[in-house]
Amino acid sequence: MSDKSHDPNQMTGAAMIVRALIDHGVTDIFGYPGGAVLPIYDEIFQQSEVQHILVRHEQGAGHAAEGYARSTGKPGVALVTSGPGATNMVTPLTDALMDSIPLVCISGQVPTHLIGNDAFQECDTVGITRPCTKHNWLVRDVNDLAKVLHEAFYVATTGRPGPVLVDVPKDVQFATGTYHPPRKSDVHRSYAPRVKGDATQIRKAVSLLAGAKRPVIYSGGGVINSGPEATKLLRELVEVTGFPITSTLMGLGAYPASGKNWLGMLGMHGTYEANMSMHDCDVMLCVGARFDDRITGRVDAFSPNSKKIHIDIDPSSINKNIRVDVPIIGDCANILGDILQVFKAEAKKPDIKAWWQQIAQWRARNSLYYKKSNDVILPQHAIQSLFEATRGKDTYITTEVGQHQMWAAQFFGFEEPHRWMTSGGLGTMGYGLPAAVGVQVAHPDSLVIDIAGDASVQMTMQEMSTAVQYELPIKIFILNNQYMGMVRQWQQLLHGNRLSHSYSEALPDFVKLAEAYGGVGIQVHKPSDLDGAIQEMISVKRPVLFDCRVAALENCFPMIPSGKAHNEMLLPEQANDEATAKAFAGGKALV
Amino acid sequence: MNQPASAYFIEERHDPNETHTLAVLVQNEPGVLARVIGLFSGRGYNIESLTVSETESQKHLSRITIVTTGTPMVIQQIKHQLDRMIPVYQVVDMTLSKRSIERELAMVKVRGQGEHRVEALRLADAFRARVIDATTESFVFEITGNTEKINQFIDLMRPLGLVEVSRTGVAAIGRGPEGM
Repeated sequence: MSDKSHDPNQMTGAAMIVRALIDHGVTDIFGYPGGAVLPIYDEIFQQSEVQHILVRHEQGAGHAAEGYARSTGKPGVALVTSGPGATNMVTPLTDALMDSIPLVCISGQVPTHLIGNDAFQECDTVGITRPCTKHNWLVRDVNDLAKVLHEAFYVATTGRPGPVLVDVPKDVQFATGTYHPPRKSDVHRSYAPRVKGDATQIRKAVSLLAGAKRPVIYSGGGVINSGPEATKLLRELVEVTGFPITSTLMGLGAYPASGKNWLGMLGMHGTYEANMSMHDCDVMLCVGARFDDRITGRVDAFSPNSKKIHIDIDPSSINKNIRVDVPIIGDCANILGDILQVFKAEAKKPDIKAWWQQIAQWRARNSLYYKKSNDVILPQHAIQSLFEATRGKDTYITTEVGQHQMWAAQFFGFEEPHRWMTSGGLGTMGYGLPAAVGVQVAHPDSLVIDIAGDASVQMTMQEMSTAVQYELPIKIFILNNQYMGMVRQWQQLLHGNRLSHSYSEALPDFVKLAEAYGGVGIQVHKPSDLDGAIQEMISVKRPVLFDCRVAALENCFPMIPSGKAHNEMLLPEQANDEATAKAFAGGKALV
Repeated sequence: MNQPASAYFIEERHDPNETHTLAVLVQNEPGVLARVIGLFSGRGYNIESLTVSETESQKHLSRITIVTTGTPMVIQQIKHQLDRMIPVYQVVDMTLSKRSIERELAMVKVRGQGEHRVEALRLADAFRARVIDATTESFVFEITGNTEKINQFIDLMRPLGLVEVSRTGVAAIGRGPEGM
């Protein structure tokens, strides 16, 4: 028998985990130690290729890994212990599933023989995370571990990306087995996402596009997930066809906000011109978006007279909410490339001058209008000032969830993909601060700003401590109105202005809080002080909590009221109490 | 329609429901059944009948037969959602192919004496059900057939002293020489 002790592929399960991370090009992971992952932490201690970022709560590790993934296009990795460590990961895993973010989570588990015994810090991790991962595994034999880890990375990053979880019992971490580098046979034969679009469908799409009188391109996060090639081709398609383009919240940056064909974001808080174009178009090209309910408004009145082309890598996205005429399954880079090729060879730019004139009239309604004040900072003004101050800088923006998120989407112009990290599908308050930590780890020299609300930011505030420990100079730009603004907005519009528990009677002194963490605190009340304070925030090379006191009762418009269609938007100048009450059919009278 | 105050768009759907039988070929590995039925409960789909067994042990393949109801759009969603699960090889809509045979097996316990007992035996004979257990006051019948036939048999046994029924759920296979 050969002496296995000299075989370099013989190692413990814990060593395999670190080795697999290295083999998949992972340089940074986010985690929190605990009893069931100590062998892995011991391996991490004895090497220097993988940097571990110690968070303050496992949810922070998950969102940081998401921010890392979204800003790089690489998978984010989180390492957590069994029981509470794993259950604290449920929110980020679900968030990543909803927004198609490649995330690999490794969790410790109690030793195999104790599974099912209600052991200390035991929970049914694969059972709990089954519906919130793309796939998950419990590894019971150390000789399966290498295969499972490689498959986990493959599944997370291919097809429609998503989160995966590998649950590794402690005895498997200690046991010695054989490691092998990634190979094709590691993956289930049943998993083969389709990437190439059907040629007949592509021809049908081109003939619709070429004959369009009132076309619109509606792009989503899938374009960004697909990679730089898809972005390049999308821009080229807009150029070649001359079509107007709008995007979902997740898709911002794929087409530059300064581009001449840009209509702004669509959907519930999208621009008037984007939503009207969607409603009145005759041909709609949906690229990597999924007709989410925040986008469509009332489904039976959604774009009633258009032929719809839908490009998506996930067949289950087709005809889920909206029936489409030409579905094309595959990777949008491939399909956009094919469409462009056929279009250039066989079609010419359609004449859509009349359509652009119509769009210009909608644009003239100036749906993002707000009234500036000299006495109080308007939140929209704060975002615009932030945008102006960071223009031309190497900037990444994350957000929490609520009014500030919508204002950021409306008023911050994104020129490139991967620059905008926000929780779209799940709407996770507390996403932005840890996500900023992850982004800053990936881009140490860039300007990373979390546009936050005073309520959201307190959900994961503890990660300020992580930022200070690793000298990550993230900027937390808090639009502080002392309300859960979006909750309050809905209560005003739909619940008779009864502001049930949406006001924070007590808030921390954010300046002192920043200092307590070892960061920098800045507070600003007056519009005249805003620009100077933003400059100060940018120039500080340490984590900053920026307490921007804004108009308390400002609401987010334009808006598609519930049960309404795209062409029934409520514009800011119409949003007086009477009109609002009327627009919300069935909503209770406003006080 | 008057909308209640809600952050969601609430709409009523009026498409009629259809019943479909789906054959799902999966990798036989721990948790695979939990994944499939978790999908149904998590997304609010119906399961009318579910049958699972390993069918090719060397390849570790199991076949799950599911009878489900939903609007045509929901049925399409179910198939796509099943198909994108990692351990799922293939999903075939046996109802759409219109060339499939569906069978289930039931064991039916009937207790009675005199006329009822004779009548139960006579009906069992007409339905080609076999007696697989008998005492002086009871029978257990084994019956195979499509769901409707078995329902019919059970209905007939009810007044004759039906005690208990055990059913396998539906198994389905396509006609002709081709495999799935």
